[in-house]
Amino acid sequence: MSTVVLNRRNLLVAGGSVLATGVSGLLLPARAEGLAPTPSMSGGANNYRAGAPTVDRIGKGGFWMSGTVRRAGDGAPLAGQRIQIWAHTTEGQEHEPQSHGATLTDKNGAFRLEMPQIIPIFGQPHGHLAYDSGEFKTVFLRPVMRSAKETSLEAHFVLQPV
Amino acid sequence: MRLARVALIWAALATAVCVPIAAAAASPLLAWRGPVYILAGFAGIIALGLMLIQPLLIAGYLPGLSARIGRRAHHWIGGALVVAVVIHVGGLWITSPPDMIDALLFSSPTPFSPWGVIAMWAIFAVALLAVFRRRLGLRLRTWRIAHMLLAIVIVVGSVVHGILIEGTMETVSKAALCALVLAAAIKVMADLLLRRKRGTLRGESIARQ
Repeated sequence: MSTVVLNRRNLLVAGGSVLATGVSGLLLPARAEGLAPTPSMSGGANNYRAGAPTVDRIGKGGFWMSGTVRRAGDGAPLAGQRIQIWAHTTEGQEHEPQSHGATLTDKNGAFRLEMPQIIPIFGQPHGHLAYDSGEFKTVFLRPVMRSAKETSLEAHFVLQPV
Repeated sequence: MRLARVALIWAALATAVCVPIAAAAASPLLAWRGPVYILAGFAGIIALGLMLIQPLLIAGYLPGLSARIGRRAHHWIGGALVVAVVIHVGGLWITSPPDMIDALLFSSPTPFSPWGVIAMWAIFAVALLAVFRRRLGLRLRTWRIAHMLLAIVIVVGSVVHGILIEGTMETVSKAALCALVLAAAIKVMADLLLRRKRGTLRGESIARQ
């Protein structure tokens, strides 16, 4: 298949996942080997609007949401996967349609979408991402920014075939 | 001279409560919030301010107020606290129902939510006990112990809740108000316990209606 993006973060994530599955594998021998699927985060699906349009950019941009999508087990990057993104930004609240958009992963399983600056809402500056296309199990993520001043945020998916 | 001291104490209290509110009113985040969300946030900030006044009133530390007036004001402000909390939670519910439901069910990803929800229930519990304590036949001593324990939950819960939130409150004024709320509660409770230990009747007369 195509090249796997290798950087410190991915190695750490992969290493951690391998460790996690290794340990749980001992306890639950029936589970698949290798990279564990990403579980949905609590509150991840809040203010979700199914079917957000695929866009080049949400609103006027200025903030970057990026991440990777891989397959559980072998960790193969998944190309062409639709990731939906929404957040409370300088251009709208979380539930408003203009705050929602979607993008597709490239051949390396990476995605990157420009959107307006995320600002703190409900006490934390955070974004929402969803994989909800049916081929794999649905996953909702809710990453939190380390500081409200940051202008980018990352989220990584490991998807499990249905 | 005495008048100057009285004025100074009241001015200090007004500053401690009003500066954090004014600082929050200057927050740039307000530009991206709707009116209901803004109202909900300020109801929370005002509730925190009222929490500083409450122990000072009941302990009679605010000059110029008779014990009777102080007690009356403590009761009314207690009622105002309940109203502020209802506006806070109700406004946040309208702003984002799923986030508020998560918080109330203790399934929220935000670490500050359970502290706030626990403090909310403790505030409601004190209010209900205060209203029904005669009908419930609660002994004065039982009521006072219950109120004091719940007040500890309210103060600790609210302060942790407030400190962990990244919102419209300005960091320094928020920390200062939280420190004062804690200090006032500790001081008043310590004095009450000391008084009871000494066996004086003053503490008893304060809690009696």
